[in-house]
Amino acid sequence: MSVDDSQLGGTSVAAPQHVGDEPPVRPAGTKAPDDGDRWREALRRVTSGGWAVSLGAVVLAVLAGSVMIAVTDKGVQDASGYFFSRPQDTFSAIGSAVGGAYAALFRGAVWDFRADDFAGGIKPFMSSLNFATPLIGAGLGVALAFRAGLFNIGGRGQMLVAAAAAGWVGFGVDLPIVLHLVVAMTAGIAAGAIWSGIAGLLKAATGAHEVITTIMLNYVAFYLISYMLATPGLLQAPGSSNPKTPPMADTVIMPRLLGAQYKLNLGFVFALVAVVLVWWLLNRSRLGFAFRAVGENPDAARVAGIDVRRTTVSVMLVAGGLIGLAGTTQVLGTVTTGFSSDIDAGIGFDAITVALLGRSTPFGVLAAAILFGAFKAGGSVMQASENVPIEIVLVIQSLIVLFIAAPPLVRAVFHLPQPGARPKKRARRQPKEVAA
Amino acid sequence: MSTAVETPSSAPMSTDLRRVAVVSAKSAIAYTAVTAAMALLLLLVPRDGDVRYRMGAEGDAVRLPDVALPGMAVAWVCVAIAALVSVAAWALLRVQRKPSVWLGILLGVVLLVAFLSWSGAGSQQDLPVTRLVGGAVLLSVPILFGALGGVIGERAGVVNIAIESQLLLGAFAAAITGSLTDSPVAGLVAAIVAGMLVAVVLGVFTITYKVDQVIVGVVLNVLVVGLTSFFYSEVLVPNAERLNDTERFKPIAIPVLSDVPIFGPALFRQSLLVYLAYLAVPVVWFALYRTRWGLRLRAVGEHPQAADTVGIKVELTRYRALLIAGGVVGLGGAFYTVVSVSSFGKEMTAGAGFIALAAVIFGKWDPVRAAMAALLFGFAANLKDMLSLVGAPVPSQFMLMLPYVVTLFAVAGLVGKSRAPAADGEPYIKE
Repeated sequence: MSVDDSQLGGTSVAAPQHVGDEPPVRPAGTKAPDDGDRWREALRRVTSGGWAVSLGAVVLAVLAGSVMIAVTDKGVQDASGYFFSRPQDTFSAIGSAVGGAYAALFRGAVWDFRADDFAGGIKPFMSSLNFATPLIGAGLGVALAFRAGLFNIGGRGQMLVAAAAAGWVGFGVDLPIVLHLVVAMTAGIAAGAIWSGIAGLLKAATGAHEVITTIMLNYVAFYLISYMLATPGLLQAPGSSNPKTPPMADTVIMPRLLGAQYKLNLGFVFALVAVVLVWWLLNRSRLGFAFRAVGENPDAARVAGIDVRRTTVSVMLVAGGLIGLAGTTQVLGTVTTGFSSDIDAGIGFDAITVALLGRSTPFGVLAAAILFGAFKAGGSVMQASENVPIEIVLVIQSLIVLFIAAPPLVRAVFHLPQPGARPKKRARRQPKEVAA
Repeated sequence: MSTAVETPSSAPMSTDLRRVAVVSAKSAIAYTAVTAAMALLLLLVPRDGDVRYRMGAEGDAVRLPDVALPGMAVAWVCVAIAALVSVAAWALLRVQRKPSVWLGILLGVVLLVAFLSWSGAGSQQDLPVTRLVGGAVLLSVPILFGALGGVIGERAGVVNIAIESQLLLGAFAAAITGSLTDSPVAGLVAAIVAGMLVAVVLGVFTITYKVDQVIVGVVLNVLVVGLTSFFYSEVLVPNAERLNDTERFKPIAIPVLSDVPIFGPALFRQSLLVYLAYLAVPVVWFALYRTRWGLRLRAVGEHPQAADTVGIKVELTRYRALLIAGGVVGLGGAFYTVVSVSSFGKEMTAGAGFIALAAVIFGKWDPVRAAMAALLFGFAANLKDMLSLVGAPVPSQFMLMLPYVVTLFAVAGLVGKSRAPAADGEPYIKE
């Protein structure tokens, strides 16, 4: 909050539109980005964790997950019925329930120790990377917006329109093999960018809060896609009454990287390229500097000659394009047999957690996305083989982010030393506090 | 930007004021645009036949006759009124005045009647006006409680993205408690406690540990979805009869008031939770603006340092505000399992918390305006049911999309830049 604003708007009662006779203090065409700083600190708070804290956070989250598994396990419940006569039964039941669940998680996510050879053993890890692919793109999109002080909750809608555009080109247009993929991906990325750009444009032109507009655009996209999926001639497969598209043409499907036995496809490479590009954009380019400047301090950015409005639109365009990439790789790489309106699979929202865990840096997002991908892959194996509902993965994931965000808490639990340079309550930048 | 900049004044014309006029033309442009859109719809897709509005409801003391009118004619009359409103907005603009809220509401209502008349023209089904209003009120209840809770929290300086999780956990707790005790009131209490529980976690992380409020909010949403879905599959499904089968609140008719034509049955034959919602809006308004507690809460949200200087305990005030807000949101969660249906389902709040968040911002952090916004969303959600009833000529997906498009227009055209409490989202570190 700038000093100007605290002077202009007091605690207005009931009607914030108090008629002020004071002339506007700002030159025309500028806006004080007062709500920008709400989100701006988003990534900074997670930083300064350190490896010990991260490890402690994972341990705590896994422990919490263990408690949930143990409490709801049938064997544990039976054994605890006679706990005082034979306590060891309860403990062994807990051990087998929790151990079995996490072993299955590991087996589904990293290394299949039941497989005969290396090719089979590494299969789960490839599956994890495949699950990570859309999370990387979408996570980058959310992270980039965070860096510019914008909160993009619109991942769902952006993925949906991107999937629809790429999918339509993918099954509806006849093109030669490489060109087809290029055109389809361009269409998907452009659609995501435009959808997100609407929110950016509304924010720049009218000041409409991006949290509202992106949420609303999610719903609009969902119903738009649902309509198109239910209408023959648009996205619906011919001769079918299901709200589902026809399969993608062979010329457009992203080839699998390591042979047919692994699901990992070319989309993963594009995601990695996106990571490097975003890193370059943020750290080495003029545009990225503008993004970060606006995110750090919009007032200073404006004074320095950066067009804050134009930057807002650009950020949302790029962020939407990245999320569009996620939607595109979903339909052209992973779900190539035709998709329906649930193609986003919650990735748009997962991406927020990924971006937070990755501290909104490109390589952090990559690592976080692979971790979450592993959880997704492992979670489904755990559900199938141990009957532990996959939602426990959500609990563990969210607890990890929560604990990593609160280093003092983790340090207190594990009696880790508080960093000497840092006071117990981490000091914030003082000038900002004064201004607010 | 402060709202003061957008507000026109009666001072003499100057360069600055001309710019102000440009800014406030947004309303007039938006009015004209929606009116033109409606006119275009009527021109391009004319429909024949009468629209029949059913004014009465079962059990009315005075039964009003149904009204049958030619749909297109009514629609055109409404569009004409809307055009007049738009002209008035432009006229006001010329004299540097902003159209009042009532003008906007009038525009909304006439365009709505135009749309309904057009949709219902020639339909075999009556349009039940009572259900149109009553259903809207009912569906807006969880959004309304969520928005009120959000307003309280944010006025104290804590951004609450976790409304969704409070609703969900409230619904979950109400389902279990309500089923075990066979008492919807017990479910209601459990929902309040559940909402407070989430608030405590939010408070510990954001106030005590100074973690970013957005992060904690987002993460809590995921956490609660995970927890409730996990325990739903593991505990509620195997014991559905004992743990997930609640007694619902019965509608209570308020004497006299419920006999008022049209609005009586719609507003005063509702369940206890709806009446609590009616009460909650003025109570929250009064508490925020007319009590010492509210003044201190807002002071903490606007300028915690100043508040601290005069002896207000910032952290304690925020904790208390969050707890109360959590209880309020939790009440909204109870709607799902002791009012709407009688059992819990995975992720049954389906994004209502985010809609509530939108209502908070839409309502500019004011309880009454936020409640109006919540009502708008509830109305929109109900509208699609009504329109599918009369067999509207538009694909159902577009009906479902309508409320969100309207919100987009409203936020961009009418509300514009919203100003959060100054210290919203800022942890307070004592020097």
